[in-house]
Amino acid sequence: MIHDLAVVGGGVHGATVALFAARGGMNVTLLERGALCREASGVNAGTLTMQMTRVALIPYALRAHAMWASARDWLGHEVGVVVCDGLSLAFTEREEELLTYRAGKRREAGAPIELITGAQASAVEPGVSDKVRLAGYCRVDGFANAYLTGLAYRRALLGEGVALREYTPVAGVEREAGGFALQTPTGLVRARRIVLAGGVWLEPMLAWLGVHLPIKTLVNQLAVSERVAPVMRTVVGIANGLLSLKQYPHGTVVIGGGWQGLGDRERGGVELLPDRLIGNVRLACHAIPALRSARLARAWAGLEAETKDALPAVGPVPGVDGAYVCGSVHSGYTSGPYIARLLADQLLGREPELPLFPIDRLLSPGDAPRGHV
Amino acid sequence: MTHDLIVLGAGPAGANAALAAAQAGLKVALLDEQDGAGGQVWRQPLPGLTGLPVSAEARSGDALRAEISASSVDLRLSRRIWSVGGRFRVDALGPQGNETVEAPSLIAATGAHERVVPFPGWTLPGVIGLAAATVLIKSQGVTPGRKVVVAGCGPLLVAVAAGILKLGGDVAGIVDLAGRRDWLAALPSLATQPELLGRGLGWAVKIGAGRVPVYFGHAVKAAQGEHALERIVIAPVGRDGAYASGPDITLETDALCIGHGLVPGAEVTKLLRAEHRFDRLRGGFVPVLDAYGRTTVERLLACGDGAGLRGAIIAEQAGRLAGLAAAHDAGVVPADRFAQIADPILAAISRARPFSDAMAGIMALRPAQVAAIAPETVVCRCEDVTRGEIDAAHEAGAHDLNQLKHFTRCGMGPCQGRMCGDVAAELLASKVGSREQAGYWTGRPPLRPVPFDALMGAFDYSDIPIPEPAPL
Ligand SMILES: Cc1cc2nc3c(=O)[nH]c(=O)nc-3n(C[C@H](O)[C@H](O)[C@H](O)COP(=O)(O)OP(=O)(O)OC[C@H]3O[C@@H](n4cnc5c(N)ncnc54)[C@H](O)[C@@H]3O)c2cc1C
Ligand SMILES: Cc1cc2nc3c(=O)[nH]c(=O)nc-3n(C[C@H](O)[C@H](O)[C@H](O)COP(=O)(O)OP(=O)(O)OC[C@H]3O[C@@H](n4cnc5c(N)ncnc54)[C@H](O)[C@@H]3O)c2cc1C
Repeated sequence: MIHDLAVVGGGVHGATVALFAARGGMNVTLLERGALCREASGVNAGTLTMQMTRVALIPYALRAHAMWASARDWLGHEVGVVVCDGLSLAFTEREEELLTYRAGKRREAGAPIELITGAQASAVEPGVSDKVRLAGYCRVDGFANAYLTGLAYRRALLGEGVALREYTPVAGVEREAGGFALQTPTGLVRARRIVLAGGVWLEPMLAWLGVHLPIKTLVNQLAVSERVAPVMRTVVGIANGLLSLKQYPHGTVVIGGGWQGLGDRERGGVELLPDRLIGNVRLACHAIPALRSARLARAWAGLEAETKDALPAVGPVPGVDGAYVCGSVHSGYTSGPYIARLLADQLLGREPELPLFPIDRLLSPGDAPRGHV
Repeated sequence: MTHDLIVLGAGPAGANAALAAAQAGLKVALLDEQDGAGGQVWRQPLPGLTGLPVSAEARSGDALRAEISASSVDLRLSRRIWSVGGRFRVDALGPQGNETVEAPSLIAATGAHERVVPFPGWTLPGVIGLAAATVLIKSQGVTPGRKVVVAGCGPLLVAVAAGILKLGGDVAGIVDLAGRRDWLAALPSLATQPELLGRGLGWAVKIGAGRVPVYFGHAVKAAQGEHALERIVIAPVGRDGAYASGPDITLETDALCIGHGLVPGAEVTKLLRAEHRFDRLRGGFVPVLDAYGRTTVERLLACGDGAGLRGAIIAEQAGRLAGLAAAHDAGVVPADRFAQIADPILAAISRARPFSDAMAGIMALRPAQVAAIAPETVVCRCEDVTRGEIDAAHEAGAHDLNQLKHFTRCGMGPCQGRMCGDVAAELLASKVGSREQAGYWTGRPPLRPVPFDALMGAFDYSDIPIPEPAPL
């Protein structure tokens, strides 16, 4: 049989494209090397914030935030989304300047961020340090429980009749009359169109089609505390974006912000650097002092993709009819569902509400496919 | 680099590894979270506690501790190892806060932890682990209750019962998963270590003299009580560990010590991404090793029960071998000298093997016992995840242990999956076909939960090495 669409990569991008394409009437298969949403989309910090989002993505992130807030309606299953206030803190003069500038730019792009004093920040977040000089305050913030993403999407995809192929690594793709044949350990899977949604593995995936798109691999460290009594009620970050902090309803506090560990595409996020882990924890406890008395339960690292200009790779693959790419979205857990839905709209022949991010801008002349694919 | 070699764990394996390597000329750091060397089996009494009965194990421990003090080994006690990385860097929380040691070679000798196959009531106050009971007895001279039942499988049953009697305690019964036939079958192998068999028989005589009822081929079906343990119900089981026909028996007790063997604490080798394989006899996933203890990661070795259950005797010998191999690989022991010392140790290990295998066989996890866990019984006690929820998560698509963790929070609590992991994996394996398919939790720091406060120490905001801002 031949599917209308094969999506390769079962993170939040691939799973969302598959879901909305199927909902739009297409016959869809999703191929995932491991279990659904177990890479970036299952191990990320789950922060749904505007204050860490790239300015160019704010319009997308705002709509995506609304999607997460109503996940029950379109996803149908619980991902533990909590909508709450968010604060971005400045502890030094330099950070005040940075915050004022960054919050201003994000506000221009549509994010409802106000600047407030330390005292006002304490009123919003009683747990916050008294050393705050200035804070960005945004009512559109919150978080999800990322480890539930796979469970929720799995149910939704199966409910929509998507042929889900987990533990099925794709080794390559051949073009043939009327579409594509994907090589898997259990044989060829055929589809008229394909979407490559491989996160940091987009680079090797696009190479199957002879397209060279450099993707940088970020190795983000995260840490989680044991369950503790409430120490905070908002999402807390700092001016330069290197902290993300919130407490889940069950009591654990997740500490992130993009401190880098060791790893790569081949091996995954294999090693956490203790000095950076301690630095990240210090920053967190500096922001929320009551966190000091908790214990570190676990730390881990996941891989996040970044293009040359740190903007998404979402759109058609130049020179390969019927092939699309979807990923490398900064703060992509927040914006992923919305941006991936835009691509699904395009596949379904609808005009996307906001523009996609075609990759032509990122390819040098020699990077176009060489026709023999 | 602060040292030539770091050894993690100062039990029989690690201590002997450190001594052997130091003797060969390496500068060795030996770290352990306890406040004395000796590990589980030769644990020393808490400081200041006198008048505890002196056992053969206490004597061996004292001898080892004396040997370490007389050596050049840099022994660092009360160090909770939480991070191991690089090639190699170890971070440990000690009395002065976080401490870092570095060396080009590392030996993991972190021992085992205990396995309890859940049953209704196992989370009631008054129910403790069998191996945990040895800690109480050895380090504090305390009996776990007034009227104790000792249950589960393996040599710790008689050791704990005898220990309680020696302290003047009352043992209301021993409930042994193994039947008389299992022990008889093991006897020829056990007889290859007359001293240990003799020690075991000595315990057995003590138990006989104390008129302690022994229920061979029985398992605890339920622990009951209103707020704490009051009684247990036991029932006969077959050789496979599944309940067999026969009457239930109720025993009044205020303390149940129960354990179903041990699981290798292979967290360090997992963290460092060495290759592992499943070995039921050795207690679970164990690092792939050569005869001397080298893992698949260069200059990383492992020995003792953390590398696969073989017991204290082999732990000592395997420790010596690993220490020697580390010294050889560091270039301080020439090949001929290495063979000269290693060969007799290898021979000693072969001689100890039948005994060790027989014991490991009696302690190995019985799949039928896991299959019999009731749906409403809690498997992960940190996060209150029941067997029924684990089965449901499999139905919902969790086909490996890490995805199961995501779907249920099983293993996400303070024990970091040490208590529930082996049983959860066995439950999943019964659905997906094998333990290999089910896999194991990804190794991650911290190796133990650590307080943020101690981890961070005192600091100024300006000390925090905050990276460059993310792009706007
Ligand atoms: C530690 C961490 C913390 C983060 N925190 C946040 C946050 O708080 N908020 C936020 O908005 N964003 C956050 N992000 C970013 C966000 O997680 C990612 O942008 C997003 O999840 C990426 O989704 P994806 O679907 O593109 O990639 P992925 O989730 O990585 O999915 C790609 C999938 O492709 C599969 N694959 C690869 N090769 C093959 C193959 N050959 N065949 C089949 N399948 C294949 C992979 O197995 C994987 O499942 C964080 C990222 C990390 C790593
Ligand atoms: C609780 C318990 C009780 C036992 N009691 C007995 C007994 O009475 N008799 C018997 O024959 N066998 C007993 N055993 C079996 C025991 O595993 C072996 O007999 C023997 O002790 C194995 O030696 P080893 O050196 O491999 O490990 P161990 O003796 O367990 O030594 C490992 C050492 O590593 C240290 N360690 C581990 N992780 C860390 C960390 N993250 N940071 C710092 N230090 C760490 C531990 O504190 C320990 O001292 C027991 C096992 C357990 C788990």
